Amino acid sequence: MFIYALKRLIYVLPVAIGVSLICFMLVHIAPGDPLISVLPPDASADLREQIRRSYGFDRPLPIQYWIWLKNVFQGDFGTSIATGRPVVEELRKAIGNTIILSLIATLIGFFFGSLFGFVAGYHRDTVIDKIASFISVIGVSVPHYWLGMVLVIIFSVQLGWLPATGAGPGGSSAWVWDWTHIKHLILPAITMSVIPMGIIARTVRALVADILSQEFVQGLRAKGLTDRGVLRHVIKNTAPTALAVMGLQLGYLLGGSILIETVFSWPGTGFLLGQAIFQRDIPLLQGIILVLAMFFVFLNLIVDVLQSALDPRVQRG
Amino acid sequence: MIEQKTIPLDEYTRSPSYWAIVLRRFSRDKVAMFALAIIILLFLVAVFAPYIAPADPLKGSMLRRLRPIGTPGLPLGADELGRDMLSRLIYGARLSLFMGITPVAIAFVIGSSIGIAAGYLGGLFNSLTMRTNDIFYAFPSVLLAIALSGALGAGVTSGLLSLTIVFIPPTARVAESVTTQVRKLDYVEAAKASGANNFTIIRVHVLGNVLGPIFVYSTSLISVSMILAAGLSFLGLGVKPPEPEWGLMLNTLRNAIYVQPWLAALPGVMIFMTSIAFNLVSDGLRSAMDIKS
Amino acid sequence: MSEDTSTRRTHMADAPLLEVREITKFFPIKSGLFGRATNSVRAVDGISFNVLRRETLGIVGESGCGKSTTARLIVDLISPDKGDILFDARRLGTDLTLNELRRNVQMVFQDSYASLNPRLTIEDTIAFGPIIHGVPREYARRLAWELLSKVGLDPKRFAGRYPHEISGGQRQRVNIARALAVKPQIIILDESVSALDKSVEAQVLNLLLDLKKELDLTYIFISHDLNVVKFMADRVIVMYLGEIVEVGPVESIYAETAHPYSRSLLASMPSMDPDHRSEHVALAGDPPNPINPPSGCRFHPRCPIAIPKCKTEKPLLHIQKTRGHLAACHLTAQQQETF
Repeated sequence: MFIYALKRLIYVLPVAIGVSLICFMLVHIAPGDPLISVLPPDASADLREQIRRSYGFDRPLPIQYWIWLKNVFQGDFGTSIATGRPVVEELRKAIGNTIILSLIATLIGFFFGSLFGFVAGYHRDTVIDKIASFISVIGVSVPHYWLGMVLVIIFSVQLGWLPATGAGPGGSSAWVWDWTHIKHLILPAITMSVIPMGIIARTVRALVADILSQEFVQGLRAKGLTDRGVLRHVIKNTAPTALAVMGLQLGYLLGGSILIETVFSWPGTGFLLGQAIFQRDIPLLQGIILVLAMFFVFLNLIVDVLQSALDPRVQRG
Repeated sequence: MIEQKTIPLDEYTRSPSYWAIVLRRFSRDKVAMFALAIIILLFLVAVFAPYIAPADPLKGSMLRRLRPIGTPGLPLGADELGRDMLSRLIYGARLSLFMGITPVAIAFVIGSSIGIAAGYLGGLFNSLTMRTNDIFYAFPSVLLAIALSGALGAGVTSGLLSLTIVFIPPTARVAESVTTQVRKLDYVEAAKASGANNFTIIRVHVLGNVLGPIFVYSTSLISVSMILAAGLSFLGLGVKPPEPEWGLMLNTLRNAIYVQPWLAALPGVMIFMTSIAFNLVSDGLRSAMDIKS
Repeated sequence: MSEDTSTRRTHMADAPLLEVREITKFFPIKSGLFGRATNSVRAVDGISFNVLRRETLGIVGESGCGKSTTARLIVDLISPDKGDILFDARRLGTDLTLNELRRNVQMVFQDSYASLNPRLTIEDTIAFGPIIHGVPREYARRLAWELLSKVGLDPKRFAGRYPHEISGGQRQRVNIARALAVKPQIIILDESVSALDKSVEAQVLNLLLDLKKELDLTYIFISHDLNVVKFMADRVIVMYLGEIVEVGPVESIYAETAHPYSRSLLASMPSMDPDHRSEHVALAGDPPNPINPPSGCRFHPRCPIAIPKCKTEKPLLHIQKTRGHLAACHLTAQQQETF
């Protein structure tokens, strides 16, 4: 188990280095002089020179990468062009909001996804199965940013029940667990939950159908095991995989929240990323991408190790 | 050896080929056929847009901004610049389908080539390409697409490029895994043993058995690609105004949801419809190819 | 192991068609934190033998003894670590190309389904070999039809079919036709009939005998089924953990078995005649791990008559009573000295 975790970690390191390399290159694939893409247009000659030196733009690329990586490890992700504040500061404010949103969305998605998947798998090849499966096809096909808009139209514009944008009253971005704040969370969380729901439903359906068709379950039934006993058995056997899928989906939502956060002006990393793109704030863009991608890489690692702890058969070579 | 001249080679029973069987099974799948009909219809609409559209999609009028659905002369209303919505949705099919399908098509060619080569050759080449692949695979697809086109800046080319880069790694991964399976089969060994070179073996024995599964996988990516491509434009990346494209239309109409909410939601209906149609066709193809069942 | 002794055979004038010299293949095992090759399976460990023109050479042994690896090494489907292959006195890599070797030595595999491309019709599968060797398409098709009737399948019914539409026995006939299509001199039959029903197996074996006579073929017949090998082979090689322990004419191998491993193997063979079932104790346990084969004689931990020398000293192939019969056992060698 420990060896396996260590092996996975060693395997992840080159991937992490590669990911950081891609993030580093973002500044350089931006058209024009990289200096221009990390500087505000009205920068003074002094600042220009200072930035040029601190990024090492006059040095060869590998050395630039090394300087950048060293800075990143010291917590220096550069300075946002738009606000003039360190990227780290901007990120720190946003990341908590994204985690809250993604986590709640994943939980909702997991609950309904498991429910639909379970019912469909249990009643395989019946009308119920067809309906549940159709819902999951819809779940993976719907453009979620559009779904968000539709929900806003229904619940905010038409019915006026829930707020359309922001994370709290008066555009406050500091999260508190009270009803006025939770009201802001409902629509984006439901919208976001559609993505993991479809995928979890598909996974659980396949797992449940597979387990129920196995001979030993039929044997248990023949031995007079009650439906509740069979149910417990099925849950015990589907849980590790379903939880692993859920973990991966959480990582995916953390990284892919930009569209939904933009629709709802949810003050998280995705919204920040949208602003960075809009203002062509490349250092901010680079910092956010790096943090989110690393989050995803290490979350995958954790899920992998946990899953193999729950079920040693799934160790990947 | 003399008798061979006397055998007539024409009258004999020839079984339907694998693809003929798949096609027959696919054509019996009512849901998939319906979805395919929608896709064909969308293509026809895109191709014949100038003949179908009632008005110029770029010509606006300040006098008829944000007219509701069902206004006389404007069957689907008018957008925030007073342009005919129906015409914009019709013309929008062109760029939207192009932006959604092209990256998957290019990724199919490049990803399959990489994956088949890695799977067939194995060894160090396989390790190197697949580990590099893993790095791109380590990004959530939305994030990678947005990171690349965010850095490259708005525009059709940068959008296409970013999405293509997003879809190459998963395609290559699928191609590699099916090819690795096929490579180990005895008929590939037998072909080697008859003295065929690698190129011939790949052409005759590998491609025919791996392109099908890779193709089906790629069709399932079209749906994702449609959503992502429109999503890029929705964020202000990808297609630039005033071109009609569904994602971009959704973006510019977003501020109008308090005035004409259902009008604003219309472009999304088109994206949704296209995406679900491609998903259903892909599912239908998958089960048509699963002949054992 | 000495190739010189094994070439000393009945008909000295008859030069071997195929020579296998000191061929070795170890498969590395990757393990540990960094996936380094920490060990290796000694699949085939320096074996040598000859195949004579128009004979059927049987190779027997338990699964994992290296029979199939040997077959694949001969046609370079697996590249050997060491050793040489000579066909018609020409050495592979110097005056013999791989292509020439493979045209002359064809293989028929065990799994009749996996060895046929499911997307190709039967005639296309058979015609594939000739076409890549430059035979015009139409002629290759005629050849395929001719071969189909030769292996007992009506071309009109079978040429346009796909592998999944026909039975296992029919598929194996197709595989034989495919092997014959490039006009080889040797066919390696690697457990080719093992997966078939007994009645079908008999039909295919008879077909193989007919074809051999008609086309002057040489067979290397690999099987774990000793009855079938007895029926087919002229000479037999017994393999154990990647090594040859006994080789000789089929009659003397079965009647004057020299090596204790061969005796155990024969004892475990179901006799066709229930009255003559051997009382001998069958092989106990599984063969030892080929990663760390036992010292000395590899069979000694399972050998009922092992002596201390067996643990320390590797026995070489020694001549037995019948000419061309050799066995690698200290005890039979000693017996000879006392005679």
